Amino acid sequence: MNDFLTNAIALAPLLIICATIVAVIGTIAVGRHHFTAATITVVGLNAALISLLGVLQVTPLEVTPLFIIDNYSVLFGAIVLVASLACSTLAHAYLETLPDRREEFYVLLLCSAGGALALIAARHMASLFIGLELLSVPLYGMVAYTYRDRISLEAGLKYMVLSGAASAFLLFGMALLYAASGTLVFAELAEAATDGVGSTWMLAGVGMMVVALAFKLSLVPFHLWTPDVYEGAPGPVSAFLATVSKVAVFALLARFFSLAPPADDGWLLTLIGVIALASMLIGNLLALRQNNIKRLLGYSSIAHLGYLLTAVVAGGELGIETVGVYLATYVATTLGAFGVVTLVSSPYSGTDAGALHHYRGLFWRRPYLAAVLTVMMLSLAGIPMTAGFIGKFYALAVGVQSGLWWLVGGIVIGSGIGLYYYLRVMIILYLVEPGQSRRDAVSGWGQQSGGIMVLLLSAAVILFGIYPQPLIALVDAAVMNGG
Amino acid sequence: MILCWLLFIPFIGGLLCWQLESRHAPSQVPRWIALATMGIVLVLSLWLWLTGDYSLPGAVGDSPSWTREFELPWIDRFGISFHLALDGLSLIMITLTGFLGALAVICSWQEITNRIGFFHLNLLWIIGGVIGVFLAVDLFLFFFFWEMMLVPMYFLIALWGHSGSKGNTRISAAVKFFIYTQASGLLMLVSILGLVFTHYGQTGTFTFDYMVLRETPLDGPLAYVLMLGFFIAFAVKLPVVPLHGWLPDAHAQAPTAGSVDLAGILLKTAAYGMLRFAIPLFPEASAQFAPVAMALGLFGIYYGAVLAYAQTDVKRLIACSSISHMGFVLIGIYSGSVLALQGVIAQMVAHAFSAAGLFIISGQIYERIHTRNMREMGGLFGRMGALPGFALVFVMASLGMPGTGNFIGEFLILFGAYQAFPWVVVIASFGLVLAAVYSLVLMHRVYWGTPTAETSLGGLDFREYSMMLLLLVLTLLVGLYPQSVLDVSQTAMTEVNHWFAAPVSASSTP
Repeated sequence: MNDFLTNAIALAPLLIICATIVAVIGTIAVGRHHFTAATITVVGLNAALISLLGVLQVTPLEVTPLFIIDNYSVLFGAIVLVASLACSTLAHAYLETLPDRREEFYVLLLCSAGGALALIAARHMASLFIGLELLSVPLYGMVAYTYRDRISLEAGLKYMVLSGAASAFLLFGMALLYAASGTLVFAELAEAATDGVGSTWMLAGVGMMVVALAFKLSLVPFHLWTPDVYEGAPGPVSAFLATVSKVAVFALLARFFSLAPPADDGWLLTLIGVIALASMLIGNLLALRQNNIKRLLGYSSIAHLGYLLTAVVAGGELGIETVGVYLATYVATTLGAFGVVTLVSSPYSGTDAGALHHYRGLFWRRPYLAAVLTVMMLSLAGIPMTAGFIGKFYALAVGVQSGLWWLVGGIVIGSGIGLYYYLRVMIILYLVEPGQSRRDAVSGWGQQSGGIMVLLLSAAVILFGIYPQPLIALVDAAVMNGG
Repeated sequence: MILCWLLFIPFIGGLLCWQLESRHAPSQVPRWIALATMGIVLVLSLWLWLTGDYSLPGAVGDSPSWTREFELPWIDRFGISFHLALDGLSLIMITLTGFLGALAVICSWQEITNRIGFFHLNLLWIIGGVIGVFLAVDLFLFFFFWEMMLVPMYFLIALWGHSGSKGNTRISAAVKFFIYTQASGLLMLVSILGLVFTHYGQTGTFTFDYMVLRETPLDGPLAYVLMLGFFIAFAVKLPVVPLHGWLPDAHAQAPTAGSVDLAGILLKTAAYGMLRFAIPLFPEASAQFAPVAMALGLFGIYYGAVLAYAQTDVKRLIACSSISHMGFVLIGIYSGSVLALQGVIAQMVAHAFSAAGLFIISGQIYERIHTRNMREMGGLFGRMGALPGFALVFVMASLGMPGTGNFIGEFLILFGAYQAFPWVVVIASFGLVLAAVYSLVLMHRVYWGTPTAETSLGGLDFREYSMMLLLLVLTLLVGLYPQSVLDVSQTAMTEVNHWFAAPVSASSTP
């Protein structure tokens, strides 16, 4: 009984999410009401977030062979839940005028968030796969949610087909690992690897898994879907895709590599390093000529995950810390940026306001909204006084500590290139030129929950930029436990 | 604590300017707030100047010679602290910043007519960032302010700048400025991290503190590479010639206040960085590098002068002449003798005054005839009241006429460097001839020649006249009694010299 109780506490966030899904489906069955569905979702996510405090009492704990609940998973679980909350507030404002069924969106969002929680706590290939699919499959629906809009549907299909191919790679990789070692638990894989059992097959397996995960993280050369999907997906979904899905997969990747370090002469890490370098450079270069802010943010996310991959290549304690700090700052920043884009496009009225000229002179019409976007752009560019700088500082620090000079050089060059387009977006907000078509947030957006949310995010970005110590302490406490 | 006030007052004042503007206050309010803010900074720094004792004798190197210090833990994880400290060098720079900041506010009184509150927010935040650079002795904090001040400068150029010729807009100038300085800044961050992790490897503790890191023993090649990271960041800002591409554009496109800040203060942060960080942190490597730096300085003197001669835009001409003047500064810094270092200080102060004066004058001309193209000027002497007279003085100062501060600076630099590097000095001295050429060309093309019209363009009003007079008095003051400045910087420069010279003499004795 006692065991059962602690296990239940440890899985409480996941269970609460599942219960919320059922509750939302139930209310939809009784009667469609957008506000009710959104409220239940937000309450459920908040309850899951609060339950994390209870989870901290029982960590670290292995729950079945599938999950390990440790402080690491609690930290990333919290990030995922906060990001999901932000996305659902954005979605509520966005979907208000959608001439279609709106309530199912929250079911999909909750399913995906649940998948992310499972993925973060995975210590076994089976939970990895289930978590990843539970995260991805609802996303196909979410991306294509405004399917009457052609590019949304196209993005959804594109994401589904390519994601399916990536999943196939993942399964094949797992099968190879199992064939070579006879186990699916990460830690036991590491033992098998050190014993040198069928090492070629194991390497091939890990390599195929890396391909699949790199696809989910949209790293070069598996990045081609990113800009199209980011552009086509409705604003809140792009935000979700760029934050929740990336955080969960990256947390898993970091855990996998620290529990089961590839036991070889280092070529796999070199390969990941090459992927990182290519992502930094190509992501930034392709972003230069973009005139659509959602595509631009898509390319910028490719570059940012490239920077972050430095931490995985470097590994070690500082590497894990970097992953935590960088992802936290990245999520806050990206949510803020997509939040502003969504608010400008809300409520739904056809394709999102993605083109840069929609934002021309935003500062003189909506000063706070533009100020938020400015802060987010500066943070993405990694300028001091914003959280993004702390993230970049960590990425550089971990690179310098491990002597990965070529990756450090990549970060420096990438940031230099990146500045150009971040500044371009930023300055457009302050220009006034008459005769341009304008999209505007509905007036009084600051009163809406979405507006408050982006203001809070920008406050957090500035606060952590100036005084990052609490964030660092939090991440430091989030130790990963062996499984 | 007073250091914190110095640092935070501009930031607070900037926010006030912005907030009071957006509440539909009368448009003059932000200007007065900004002026008051700069006034407080200036008064505080003058008070520090008058009450502090900056001529601490002896005790070079071992004990810190900070006159005032302030320290708070900031990011414990990496041993980063909010550590401010003041010595003679930083005090001179901060007083200069306060003065030029006030000047920048006054000279944009009529030039800037839209978005006044936001303009002053940016202007004051630049000042705040610069003061932070001059006060920080924690490397992380230093870098923090070093990068932070770029953002408001970017806005200043991009939003209130003048559009130049086609394909040379204010925005592209601003972007160029930002990318040059930010990317080179990241190199410095990498160097800082390299130094910190080397220190961590030796002692097992993280620290970014300047005083501690200065003691880190480094082996040759590593020190050289790390030093280069710092040098490149500072060389872009100074600017040293192959890295100067952003400067003429940024100056030409910036509003007057922006040019005054750029030439008067921002360029000086680079020289300050070399004196404070690049040399004391890596003395051996810097000594090794000195011939290269001096060659670059020499090249800069000539290249800047030739470039200045070829310009048709008044502000570009002045900007290019800055490149030439900063060549002298670079030579002075890397020659390492106390005399030359003192000359560097005098040169920086004097150049700040003369360049600010010239930029303000070109701003005033622009307000009257709406062009900066020298081909459309000519014969302005006599049509603008006292303005051409003042211009003559600042042009004379710029070419290093005795009696002006610039003469003291160049003389001390050349005199101080002669003993160790006679040939460098000989070649550099000929650069002064070129300075005379472009300065006189400027004077001739703008103020003499056949006038395009005979009508008066309006003389100087009280605001303009008092600004010019004040700058003129200060230029002459530094020229005639430089000791007032040199006394304050003496200890700091002796210390730099001590750090720089110690390894050189140690390596030359065996």
